[in-house]
Amino acid sequence: MSVAIVKYNAGNVFSVMCAMKRIGVEALVTDDPEALRRADKVIFPGVGEAASAMAYLREHKLDEVITGLTQPVLGICIGMQLLCSGSEEGQARCMGVFSDVEVRRFSNAGRPECKIPHTGWDTISVTDAANGLIDPALDGSHVYYVHSYYAPLSRFTIAATTYLLPYSAALRRGNFYGTQFHPEKSGSVGEDILRKFIEL
Amino acid sequence: MLAKRIIPCLDVKDGTTVKGVNFVNFKDAGDPVELGKRYSDEGADELVYLDITASLEGRDTFVSLVRRVAERISIPFTVGGGIGSVADVDRLLNAGADKISINSSALRRPQLIDDIANRFGSQVCVVAIDARQLPGGDDWLCYVKGGHEPTSRHLLEWAREAQERGAGEILFTSMDHDGVKHGFACHALRQLHDSLSIPVIASGGCGAMSHFSDVFARGMADAALAASVFHFGEIAIPELKKYLAAQGIPVRQDI
Repeated sequence: MSVAIVKYNAGNVFSVMCAMKRIGVEALVTDDPEALRRADKVIFPGVGEAASAMAYLREHKLDEVITGLTQPVLGICIGMQLLCSGSEEGQARCMGVFSDVEVRRFSNAGRPECKIPHTGWDTISVTDAANGLIDPALDGSHVYYVHSYYAPLSRFTIAATTYLLPYSAALRRGNFYGTQFHPEKSGSVGEDILRKFIEL
Repeated sequence: MLAKRIIPCLDVKDGTTVKGVNFVNFKDAGDPVELGKRYSDEGADELVYLDITASLEGRDTFVSLVRRVAERISIPFTVGGGIGSVADVDRLLNAGADKISINSSALRRPQLIDDIANRFGSQVCVVAIDARQLPGGDDWLCYVKGGHEPTSRHLLEWAREAQERGAGEILFTSMDHDGVKHGFACHALRQLHDSLSIPVIASGGCGAMSHFSDVFARGMADAALAASVFHFGEIAIPELKKYLAAQGIPVRQDI
């Protein structure tokens, strides 16, 4: 089993590497196209800003590499958002794997008690039981979120959550998976999800 | 529903955990990594590690501690203490910290908040505020240097400025309540909640489980931080979560 973590300018790469090590997987952190194509699994993590991350990926032609991958790919947080068609954050045009999914900024107008970013532990509700990544038994479990932008519900939604409005907690299209939350920071629930991904 | 967070705080000096009572006397409370792991297993939602080491060698010890915490623990953690530059933040985030907390250095040079937020994003930038209530009123004065030195800044206006500059969360410690165990500063916390749009972490004063329900229900805090009640086993996190859930406060119990 070889797992590659995409190295780019929006990373909490070390946290993801540590989480993989905790489940017994030595992951390779790389931006080498060949190494990414060869890996059995690819994780595309992220903490950062969408427009500058996309600019970096395009400049290094990593966008073409990522969208061309055929093995299971997991985008985390901004990694998931960059796989959508676009984002309000910096008016970024993204990679479009989750086509027609436009990432939007939360608005708490009229609900000032709902702080932005959505920060902390919130639940997931599994909307597609056969999604392969999130065991339906985890329905209702808490996972860790930190984000100001969200992917609306779409035909790719496999799990949802509600904060200000219902939106996508996880997406899937073919071999591409994405989680808005951080499985690498979500305790044993997150480890279950990462293990499932490795076993795909 | 978004859960209210319970955050044990570990003060670290030369690689071991210590807890101050009213910031002055300290008593040992164990190994920081293993203590953090135990709290995480018990259902802590986040951890805060505060470096209270003064020496430069101590700083390097702390960075390697942060790395060990990141390797071992699968929940988010914040680190603070002595962070004065973007380079310090970079070093700690690279070692695996999820957030950093700044206090005196932000009051001395508020631009530091902008610099951190612009470089790493608001979500990593926790601004910690130690304040003491002024006699005869609602007003609170901010202190620096671990609560030893008063400033000219007031709690609400400084918290608002920190938010505008890009702070992702405010960690408010009432020095009047800290170590006294009579409950959190709920009134001031409520005022912070009403004047900010970012999450507020309450710190200082808890001595009983009812203090946590008060700080969430009355103080409207998003998270509550405590040290000695956890370190000395006076409150166990699983029982605390059960207690809060029974009061209708949303908490995370699936761990």
